[in-house]
Amino acid sequence: MNPTRRVLLAGAAAATLAGCATSGTDNDNASKGNKTPENPLGVPAESALEVVIFKGGYGDDYALKAGSLYKQKFPKAAVDHKGIQRVGEVLQPRFVADSPPDVVDNSGAGRLDLATLVASGKLTDLKELLDAPSYDDPAKKVRDTLMPGVIEEGTFDGKALILNYSSVLWGIWYSKSLFAKNGWTYPKTWADMLALCEQIKGKGIAPWTWQGKYPEYINDPLISMAAKAGGFELVKAIDNLEANAWKSPAMIAAAEAIYQLAVKGYIMPGSEALSHTEAQNAWCKGQAAFIPCGSWLEGEQQAVTPAGFDMVMGTVPALTASDKLPNGAVMAASSESFLVPAKAKNPQGGLEFLRMLFSKQVSKSFVESAKALPVVNGATEGLTLTSGLGSVGEAQKAAGANIFGFRFRTWYAPLSKALDDASGELLTKRINPAQWAERVQKAADDVAKDSSVKKHRR
Amino acid sequence: MRHGKYRFLAGAMALPLLLYGVFVLWPYVQAFYLAFTDWNGLSSGAKFTGTENFTKLFSDPLFLAALRHNGLMLVAVPLGTIAIALFLSAATQRTKVYRVVYFFPQLLSVAIIAVLWQFIYTPNSGLLNGLLRGIGLGSWAKSWLAEPNFALIAVMVVMVWSAVGFYVVLFTAAMESIPGDIMEAALIDGASPARIFWRITVPLIWDSVQVAFVYLGIAALDGFALVQIMTVGPGGPDGSTEVMGLGLWRNAFTYGKFGYACAMGVTIFFLTLSIAALFLKATKRDQVELA
Repeated sequence: MNPTRRVLLAGAAAATLAGCATSGTDNDNASKGNKTPENPLGVPAESALEVVIFKGGYGDDYALKAGSLYKQKFPKAAVDHKGIQRVGEVLQPRFVADSPPDVVDNSGAGRLDLATLVASGKLTDLKELLDAPSYDDPAKKVRDTLMPGVIEEGTFDGKALILNYSSVLWGIWYSKSLFAKNGWTYPKTWADMLALCEQIKGKGIAPWTWQGKYPEYINDPLISMAAKAGGFELVKAIDNLEANAWKSPAMIAAAEAIYQLAVKGYIMPGSEALSHTEAQNAWCKGQAAFIPCGSWLEGEQQAVTPAGFDMVMGTVPALTASDKLPNGAVMAASSESFLVPAKAKNPQGGLEFLRMLFSKQVSKSFVESAKALPVVNGATEGLTLTSGLGSVGEAQKAAGANIFGFRFRTWYAPLSKALDDASGELLTKRINPAQWAERVQKAADDVAKDSSVKKHRR
Repeated sequence: MRHGKYRFLAGAMALPLLLYGVFVLWPYVQAFYLAFTDWNGLSSGAKFTGTENFTKLFSDPLFLAALRHNGLMLVAVPLGTIAIALFLSAATQRTKVYRVVYFFPQLLSVAIIAVLWQFIYTPNSGLLNGLLRGIGLGSWAKSWLAEPNFALIAVMVVMVWSAVGFYVVLFTAAMESIPGDIMEAALIDGASPARIFWRITVPLIWDSVQVAFVYLGIAALDGFALVQIMTVGPGGPDGSTEVMGLGLWRNAFTYGKFGYACAMGVTIFFLTLSIAALFLKATKRDQVELA
């Protein structure tokens, strides 16, 4: 199984304010060794290390590799590697009992809710790791080897508590060969997109399809376009639950733009009821030209993609001529959330494991075995990439610093659900963009008013 | 020796009772307690919030929608299932082959049934729309699970389909125990088949029908697995197939509101108990003595 949107976003959730007697977050520091240049994190050489890894679409080869590096450096330490699914079910009792493992990849369907972990004070601050010298180059700190936005994404109230490993970009996918055959070029603006859709429709192909059973897929191009038009201020306003952010002109224009696909009949009939597999397979069969998805699509479709299909991901077109972000700007997030529990028996070992995991050699092996981009700079150097992964890499390079990501999905799960429901209705024309904005804004206001929900700011 | 017998019984029962206590009763007790707290599923402690969870519950639009949907299912699913099962068992009483065929769905797990029916309902290559198009009713074809007006009905059809077989077997077995001479006497008196069915067969198998109402009533208050696997969202489109179990699951495992979810669980527990008691009472009839 390859990672899907559901897997990546499962558990993205809001926190209840844990106004209860949570245990403290101080570590038992008897487990610290001496800090030396060779051992910058002061790992006790003989303490055992327990690693729990989500073994999903990306496998766990890369984590095994990091484990073997650890074993090489600390031969006396026993490394207990567990590659499992349903991480949440396995670890929930251990977190409640405060006897968690030393390092966890909390990912996949049924992972522990990150916001709840944070609110309950169950995680170690990773600052020490980020400021430690990187594994490959002692002159560079770990924080300087990571892509922009990654640390921020795992930061809660000023503390870096989670470090994601795999980088995900969202865009609109098409078949390079199909486009070359018909002389179509990927549009730069939404007006061009609609014009091209008319041409594609003329050829008897549905211009778009989408994974209607899980309406969140269509949110990605929608909020991406809004962010490009409204800039980083809009992204922040949305995440900070500011009044009328969902009714801002850029957001409504983006909803209107996506709505036009439905109004003009550019969406493959029946898409609203298709699961992600059904929609993506129809697209791979050439029944539709475009499909919105994250960068995992190529891996997910590996088994059913016809030879010569050459799928590539394009960044979402510009919404207006006066967009605040340049054309290459792209929505990105990272997944595979690594963390060191606050009550770990060997927290220094957990941090050291992560230092090795974020090294060049381990991240290269991740590109090769998991067919995805890690958040470590330069991980793809010297590797030959497939067409999809290559296009994702190029999009990332082209975007430069103009990479944005929304946090509300992880922070406020009820708002996500309201957005998903509203977008499903928008794409079936049961509501119009104004009603869509009205509904989502109301859901955002409800979250803002709910004193039992822990609020985050960026 | 009586003393020894009790000692033996106590010894034999101790372990099962202990297991039952630890794995069944204790979780119930915990859930009842947690329903009055704000536990988030991970913290080591939880704050007591009184009846706040319960008051919130009855102003939560999704939970109210779920109540309505489960209520609708409670009326439609038992009636539909029992009517079809009675008809099929009466109509095919003498052909055992059908009984085996009707029983097939019972052998499949709910997850498989849900996935199969998803394929039947899927708009472009689905069996149902294909059939409609094939017989010239193509204009009736639609995205069954993505239409707010049809999605819940589509789910209820699957519930009925998957339950009917079991009740056909139950009712047929009951019908077989009706003495032949009663039927014979009725026939000789000139009773029509419909009259025999309503006046003799149904009253004589009423115990089984009553059991069916209770079981199906309990099943209709659930529906979680089908909705979770089959529907858009799940629970959609736009909440139109939301059921109580789904809300419970979402609040606990996606929102991290275990206290609130426990309050839902407690509410469902009492609803189910009352419905079972109500159905038993409402379907009560005088026992017919066969002797």
